[in-house]
Amino acid sequence: MDIVVLLRAVPDPAEELELNEDETDLDRDFLGYVLNEFDDHALEEAILLKEEAGGTVTVLAIGNADEVPQMLHTAIAKGADTAIQLGDDLPALDSHAQAELFAGALASLSYDAVFCGVQATDEIDGQVGMLLSARLGLPHVSVVVGANPNDSGLRATKEYWGGITADYQVSLPAVLGIQAARQAPRYVAVSRIRQAQESGALNEVDATPPAPSSRVRIDAVRIPDTGEGAAMIDGDESAAAERILEIIRGAGVSV
Amino acid sequence: MSEDVLVIAEHLQGSFTDATFEALAIARALASQTGGSVEAAVVGANAEAMAAALGGADRILAVVDGTAAFDPTGHSGICADLVSSRSPKIVLVPYTSVGMDVASHIAIGNDLPLVSYCQSIDAESDLTATCQLYAGKIEADVTVEGDRAVFALLSGAGQAEAGRSGGVGEVEVLSEAAGAPGTTFIELSEPEGGDVDITTEEVLVVVGRGIESEDNIEEAQELAEALGGAVAASRPIIDQGWLAKSRQVGKSGLTVTPKVYLALGVSGAPEHIEGMRDSSTIIAVNTDPQAPIFGVAHHGWVGDIFDLLPELTDLLDN
Repeated sequence: MDIVVLLRAVPDPAEELELNEDETDLDRDFLGYVLNEFDDHALEEAILLKEEAGGTVTVLAIGNADEVPQMLHTAIAKGADTAIQLGDDLPALDSHAQAELFAGALASLSYDAVFCGVQATDEIDGQVGMLLSARLGLPHVSVVVGANPNDSGLRATKEYWGGITADYQVSLPAVLGIQAARQAPRYVAVSRIRQAQESGALNEVDATPPAPSSRVRIDAVRIPDTGEGAAMIDGDESAAAERILEIIRGAGVSV
Repeated sequence: MSEDVLVIAEHLQGSFTDATFEALAIARALASQTGGSVEAAVVGANAEAMAAALGGADRILAVVDGTAAFDPTGHSGICADLVSSRSPKIVLVPYTSVGMDVASHIAIGNDLPLVSYCQSIDAESDLTATCQLYAGKIEADVTVEGDRAVFALLSGAGQAEAGRSGGVGEVEVLSEAAGAPGTTFIELSEPEGGDVDITTEEVLVVVGRGIESEDNIEEAQELAEALGGAVAASRPIIDQGWLAKSRQVGKSGLTVTPKVYLALGVSGAPEHIEGMRDSSTIIAVNTDPQAPIFGVAHHGWVGDIFDLLPELTDLLDN
């Protein structure tokens, strides 16, 4: 089975976020980007399928952050066969524009399935994977926690809530929105990433940012006042520990 | 175009989800602004029988389809066609496992704008919404260009109780709908029971990404035991395979309401908050003062959980 995995660089969730001057977007100048965690799971699931059933894994990413080449080299080191970067130094794009770029790139690739992380934290105008499946008119399953190829395509497990899942038979080609791979995304040694870097395995193709088409205009962004709900505890860890224990006891827990 | 607000109802194993009723409550408020009525669409083999439970809508469109269970591709096509024939001003989709498949297809299929992660919507003049981005760390005010849109709602955006109340809606049965082919339902699986039922524990010590490694969970485990409770976790920890699925709190896990919810290194993404916000006492510890968990917690301390854990354990030992 030949699988294309869409990889997206998103602002590092561990970083403190700052706003731009007119407060309509993040201040992206010094922002660190990481691979969207769900896309990492999509990659893992694709590599697992390749190991089990053969085929190829192609990773596709939009060149909208300095971290993208490293992200793609890491994917190669993990087991992807081909890496393609669409454009270089592109601005942050909304989901509609990303879906359009990916759709354009997929037109020249042959594939049985497209795997994409189920969501990303910045998808204000919809999820890229499902927008793409709608554009291409392909079968789709979102919130997938496992995929297994069979004679008539693949069997995908979709997660509902409370751990309830449903299995679907999926005809190919199809788009899957991956929530979690069957196992945690693998780690790969830095030496192997460097090897991938030196092998020149990264293909860069020209890409122009599509004209905006989402019709969703961001008027203002702000950092919510998260402290408004919580009474903040002052002091060091020892003071905090005492106060937390006091709160726990006050809540009716006898310890 | 009508002035109506259409809700895509979500159901599993014969019952509608809370998210559906939350959407109905929001639809009612929006319909009073647009001057239209509230419609709800339910798709499935038992759609007609189920329609009565959607009394919060003025009109229920029961689309009788061959499969009782949700079909990601087929039902997305049916919903897109329904929106095309009814032409509502506003479509509301709960942003859950079902909505994630359906929302984009309704939008693209009808050339409508789609706004996701919505926590509130206004239709007084322009269509506007407030959305949560970056796992709840940023709020955005958006305006839709045009007079129609699809909104995907975050859990908790509306009051489910308000959406449940209401009279008896008129039911319109639409049969023989044909959705797009491509996905076929095989079977549903219930989760395997875990060693501990976190929904019945009085004290939960909940670890998030901040716990950093599988080995560190033991320290949280010891604290939980000393407090007479259990360890639970947010999704990233479960996806890493560090704790069993039965320990997961949140949207794709379990909803818990313990007396004490001690969140250690949990950032508090909307999907997590959905499963714990009704806990009696929530205490959050995180190094990031911006962590959204502090918005829902009753008490918070900004600091390192690895400094705090030994202090707490020492106090309890003495």
